[in-house]
Amino acid sequence: MTQTPLLKVNDVSKFYGSRIGCRNVSFELWPGEVLAIVGESGSGKTTLLSCLSTRLMPSSGIVEYHMRDGQYRDLARMGEAERRFLMRTDWGFVHQNPADGLRMTVSAGANVGERLMAVGDRHYGNIRATAADWLRRVEIEEDRIDDQPRSFSGGMRQRLQIARNLVTSPRLVFMDEPTGGLDVSVQARLLDLVRGLVHDLGLSAIIVTHDLAVARLLSHRMMVMKDGLVIEQGLTDRVLDDPREPYTQLLVSSILQV
Amino acid sequence: MTDLATYNFAYLDEQTKRMIRRAILKAISIPGYQVPFASREMPMPYGWGTGGVQVTAAILGPKDVLKVIDQGADDTTNAVSIRAFFQKVANVAVTTKTREATIIQTRHRIPEETLTAGQTLVYQVPIPEPLRFLEPRETETRKMHALEEYGLMHVKLYEDIARNGHIATTYAYPVKVEGRYVMDPSPTPKFDNPKMHMSEALQLFGAGREKRIYAVPPHTDVVSLDFEDHPFEIQHFDKPCALCGAEHVYLDEVVLDDKGGRMFVCSDTDHCEDRREHGHAGEMLARQEAAE
Repeated sequence: MTQTPLLKVNDVSKFYGSRIGCRNVSFELWPGEVLAIVGESGSGKTTLLSCLSTRLMPSSGIVEYHMRDGQYRDLARMGEAERRFLMRTDWGFVHQNPADGLRMTVSAGANVGERLMAVGDRHYGNIRATAADWLRRVEIEEDRIDDQPRSFSGGMRQRLQIARNLVTSPRLVFMDEPTGGLDVSVQARLLDLVRGLVHDLGLSAIIVTHDLAVARLLSHRMMVMKDGLVIEQGLTDRVLDDPREPYTQLLVSSILQV
Repeated sequence: MTDLATYNFAYLDEQTKRMIRRAILKAISIPGYQVPFASREMPMPYGWGTGGVQVTAAILGPKDVLKVIDQGADDTTNAVSIRAFFQKVANVAVTTKTREATIIQTRHRIPEETLTAGQTLVYQVPIPEPLRFLEPRETETRKMHALEEYGLMHVKLYEDIARNGHIATTYAYPVKVEGRYVMDPSPTPKFDNPKMHMSEALQLFGAGREKRIYAVPPHTDVVSLDFEDHPFEIQHFDKPCALCGAEHVYLDEVVLDDKGGRMFVCSDTDHCEDRREHGHAGEMLARQEAAE
């Protein structure tokens, strides 16, 4: 790991009128690190993720990103063009519902190739070869390259969405409940795949989930949120094995044991 | 023409014309950019060229010579009725000769004859937004134009090649204007795209239902989008025009009988007639003459 954090979050709050989305969140994310944000629904996980990924503007606080040129930039002060460029090159965003992140009416190959074309790739053969390579890496058979995602199963769509995001070799990927809505065996396969990719590519990732098993498998560090506040954070194994806060203890003890 | 008094010259009132001219000036100064304008109700249905008619009405002067074509032809319904409309409301001279016209309003074609400085080509545009079918949100497409995010346009071309093995878009083929805005050249066949490039004539586009005007000023770069390994190509025809024998022109297929008989003739009727007057004869014409 290098010496400087990739993302510096300082005292971020988001209010919806008088309602609290999330409050006074501060942390640093290091290159190659996977951070899980857990908590029950309504605890502000997704609001926080939206603030970090510039999909929402925080009401207060600063989110700084370590750009490829070595400078830290305040995301809120970045121009829209630059921010959108960052979002489709250096970042990825995996939605819970693949239909939100994919273009359902164009083929799988074009879905993966879109980011390449957006950054100026103009060679059909190369784009297609890269798309085929990425489909293979996310375990989608190559002969499905010309099929539309609407003919894909839920698990395949989610894997396609991941491929589409990773094709420009981003350094930071945001995932919002990536395994939500998938059945257990498909979940396991997807988690395995994501873990492998994160490891191989040295990605940093912020994963929002309510599933502690997902956090356990994927993340190095985790934050537990309740009512918009981060009530506990630390190494994943430490938090799950030795939870300090009563709420975290409750959360951990409420996992079904089969 | 005593009944002229009931209309203002060229149908539209002067304030409206002024508003449209302003939009046109803005469009000319930002080539390819879609300028919103307060499109008026015209005495014809949407889809019949209400945008083109408003642009023509705004730029028409008493000394102009107007030509109207529809799919290249001067004698089809749309062309005839719009020509009659301006004869009635503006009392301007009309012609079918491309060379003599100062303003040419067109639906779906650019005349074969090279346009010259001083001529204005007015296009009727049904859907001005080239990104529409890929990104239905207008707020988003405007942002994409503003930020020059045109990767999506290539996604469409990619899909074409993936499905058909070649770029199968044959009309409304997207172009990049002056290295900046991606523009829909209206549903002209892609055969006509190269004619837009560095044209000496002013090209104006009016979309009445969508309330947009855009323009390509003379001597402007107009480049059709493509891939390095699948370059832009125009249509090619196996046979010359059956009436005038012209090659390298855009041809229409005409079905002659129910036994599979067909002929290919110039879509630009003026060009075809002109050639025939100058003694050129295609296969069908020669056969007819031999029979007589």
